[in-house]
Amino acid sequence: MTKSILFVGVGGQGIILASKILTEGLVKFGYDVKMSEVHGMAQRGGSVTTQVRFGEKVYSPLIGYGEADVLVAFEKVEAARWTNYLKEGGTMVINDYEIYSLPVLIGKEEYPQDVIEKISDKIEHVKVFKAAEIAESLGNIKVQNIVLLGALIKALGLENLDWASVIKDVLPEKMHEINIKAIEAGMNI
Amino acid sequence: MKKMMSGNEAIARGAYEAGCTVAAAYPGTPSTEILENIATYKGIYSEWAPNEKVAMEVACGASIAGSRSLCAMKHVGVNVAADPLFTIAYEGVNGGLIMVSADDPGMHSSQNEQDNRLFAPHAKVAMIEPSDSQEAKDFIKAAFEISEKFDTAILFRVTTRICHSKGLVELNEREEVGVKEYKKDVKKYVMIPGHARIKHYEVEERLAKLQEYSNNCPLNRIEWGDKKIGIITSGISYQYAKEVFGDKASYLKIGLSYPLPDKMIKKFAKTVDKVYVIEENEPYLENFVKALGIECIGKEFIPVCGELNPDIIRRALTKTEEKKLYSIDVKVPSRPPVLCPGCPHRGIFYAVSKYKDVIATSDIGCYTLGMMEPLNVADTVICMGAGFSAGIGFQKAAMMGGRKDKIFGFMGDSTFFHSGITGLIDAVYNNSPMVAVILDNSITAMTGHQENPGTGKTLMGEVAQVVDIEKIVKAVGIKEENIRIVDPYNLEQTEKAVKEAHEATEPFVIITKQPCALIKEVLKKRAGLHCKIDQDKCKKCKACIRTGCPAIAYKNGQVVIEKSMCNGCTLCKQVCKFDAIERVGE
Ligand SMILES: Cc1ncc(C[n+]2csc(CCOP(=O)(O)OP(=O)(O)O)c2C)c(N)n1
Repeated sequence: MTKSILFVGVGGQGIILASKILTEGLVKFGYDVKMSEVHGMAQRGGSVTTQVRFGEKVYSPLIGYGEADVLVAFEKVEAARWTNYLKEGGTMVINDYEIYSLPVLIGKEEYPQDVIEKISDKIEHVKVFKAAEIAESLGNIKVQNIVLLGALIKALGLENLDWASVIKDVLPEKMHEINIKAIEAGMNI
Repeated sequence: MKKMMSGNEAIARGAYEAGCTVAAAYPGTPSTEILENIATYKGIYSEWAPNEKVAMEVACGASIAGSRSLCAMKHVGVNVAADPLFTIAYEGVNGGLIMVSADDPGMHSSQNEQDNRLFAPHAKVAMIEPSDSQEAKDFIKAAFEISEKFDTAILFRVTTRICHSKGLVELNEREEVGVKEYKKDVKKYVMIPGHARIKHYEVEERLAKLQEYSNNCPLNRIEWGDKKIGIITSGISYQYAKEVFGDKASYLKIGLSYPLPDKMIKKFAKTVDKVYVIEENEPYLENFVKALGIECIGKEFIPVCGELNPDIIRRALTKTEEKKLYSIDVKVPSRPPVLCPGCPHRGIFYAVSKYKDVIATSDIGCYTLGMMEPLNVADTVICMGAGFSAGIGFQKAAMMGGRKDKIFGFMGDSTFFHSGITGLIDAVYNNSPMVAVILDNSITAMTGHQENPGTGKTLMGEVAQVVDIEKIVKAVGIKEENIRIVDPYNLEQTEKAVKEAHEATEPFVIITKQPCALIKEVLKKRAGLHCKIDQDKCKKCKACIRTGCPAIAYKNGQVVIEKSMCNGCTLCKQVCKFDAIERVGE
């Protein structure tokens, strides 16, 4: 069976790197994989998504409404923005982290306070945690993307594969230690 | 060896393996990484051209000289390069010649959704469409061969989901084909009317031969499954169709999509009970199939507008139960792209936003975002270059209508080199008292930081002569006293220039000079700098928030600046009347 994963967040949060590590790992462990990302406005503070699909043989790189097995939200209102992509019975992994958009900053729109409660009311499998705090405790807030990746891998039931070796394949050596700690921290949540 | 590659990486690899020796492009999403990747291979000369027309002409010249040559651009770039395309179609090639058109269904980062498949019959060149990364690589090689065999340029048409999706690709060695001999042949390469009249007949003959080939070519293939449904499709739509129908349908998968394989289509249609045509945007295949007298189902169910995905096809063409979709009852705030914190474009837009009688004819680049709240500086955006020329038209119409609109046209450095210079010449020649603002951030920022003629570096990483914007402005005839060069981080200087420009009665130019805040060296240089609000002095007037900087927020009754986002540009400090903001980290 092909599995579909949707990463959502805000430009600059490291979504592309996290999905790249996932993709390289899945290839290494023998899956056919397709990954799709949209560039362009990513660095300008807009909403960003990447999609990963894997299985025995994958055709479409794209996920439609109600088709994501796991939705990983790097920012919490982004989870709400993309909810309709989640499959019935699917899992949401949510970073309890806020980034205000410009319309919120200038007071034209409001940032809702109860997003996580409302999501948890409707959706059965929700995993919420503060990846930024975990990353900070490991020594660098920037690895919150890898903490989230760890939690996603757990949600997919793929935590028994050798992800440390994938990190070593993809990242430069000086970044190995902290990223391996981060992915493990994510898998242990 | 197999490697995960995006379609763009695979196109670059294909060009390398096929022995391509010259490649040129102007950046544009989703095509940009093609040349960025080609530049990493030895044995190919590659360049950023100032625009797509130049890139195409460089590739044409290189082909005639004997190189396998490629140029790449986003879909709207083909409009700019259409002139050489339509005539090289007559001349044919020496070394194989490919024009890659990267279309953007869904307009993820484009101003329109044109379907460039329609260019192929119009220009009378062969067209090839891959449907994943592996094919992107393989078909580039096939394209060079077909180009040389049939003496035709090739339109290699891809879309966002081919360019930016990754899949596994088998790598091969480079085939060294070298640069062919060039023989002078004016009847072939000098398109005066007398030669072109003869050539037009040859083009028609060539197309007939290509059509025969299309019926027998391995790029077009039938995959038999259940014969109740027969699907004719190409490009990424093939993947979506496979995803939905699997082996419950048969497929005619088209890779050489101009000329289309008429006989193959007829045979296929005869063998299946019902024909579906599955394609994104225009009914390009469908119109052809219908013109063959074949009944088919297509655009009456599959939308013309927007990007396709398997879900849309499933709902359009199969009986499926409505899925239950989760929806959360919260009002999700919008998250539009915005000018970055510390963006050097902000200062001039802030200054211009104070003038209510200004009409801003803007253009395409990061600075288009000057249109957003709270700055709201943009009345028009059409295409690259129109920032100045549409401004002239606006000014002339206002004059004819007895109105006193003051026109400010905006354009980035890369856009100025692309197609802004001719507009500025028009302003001088036809004496339009508009203000042409050139936002020089020393990079092509929007598309992800490419070098351009003003940056002093080439695509291949060599030091280049800097093409001086100020000298161009003077050379086209803008008077010395009507030129201001300002640092947009210096608000007083910027406001003064805007005021003088506003009063000017002759063509006037403002050049803002400050490098993009995201350039690596700039990030490094400004790493420690940031602005800070003294809460005792802050009166919460929110003037700083009205600069539209996303690093400044009003949170829990306080105005705060997010340190990690701020680069200390000090625009906020300069608009604060209460001296409540200071810059730290010098
Ligand atoms: C004909 C055409 N080619 C390419 C593009 C893609 N494109 C959009 S903006 C841009 C570059 C803008 O660079 P610049 O003018 O320097 O402004 P900046 O983004 O740096 O502010 C490009 C290449 C386009 N929209 N149209």
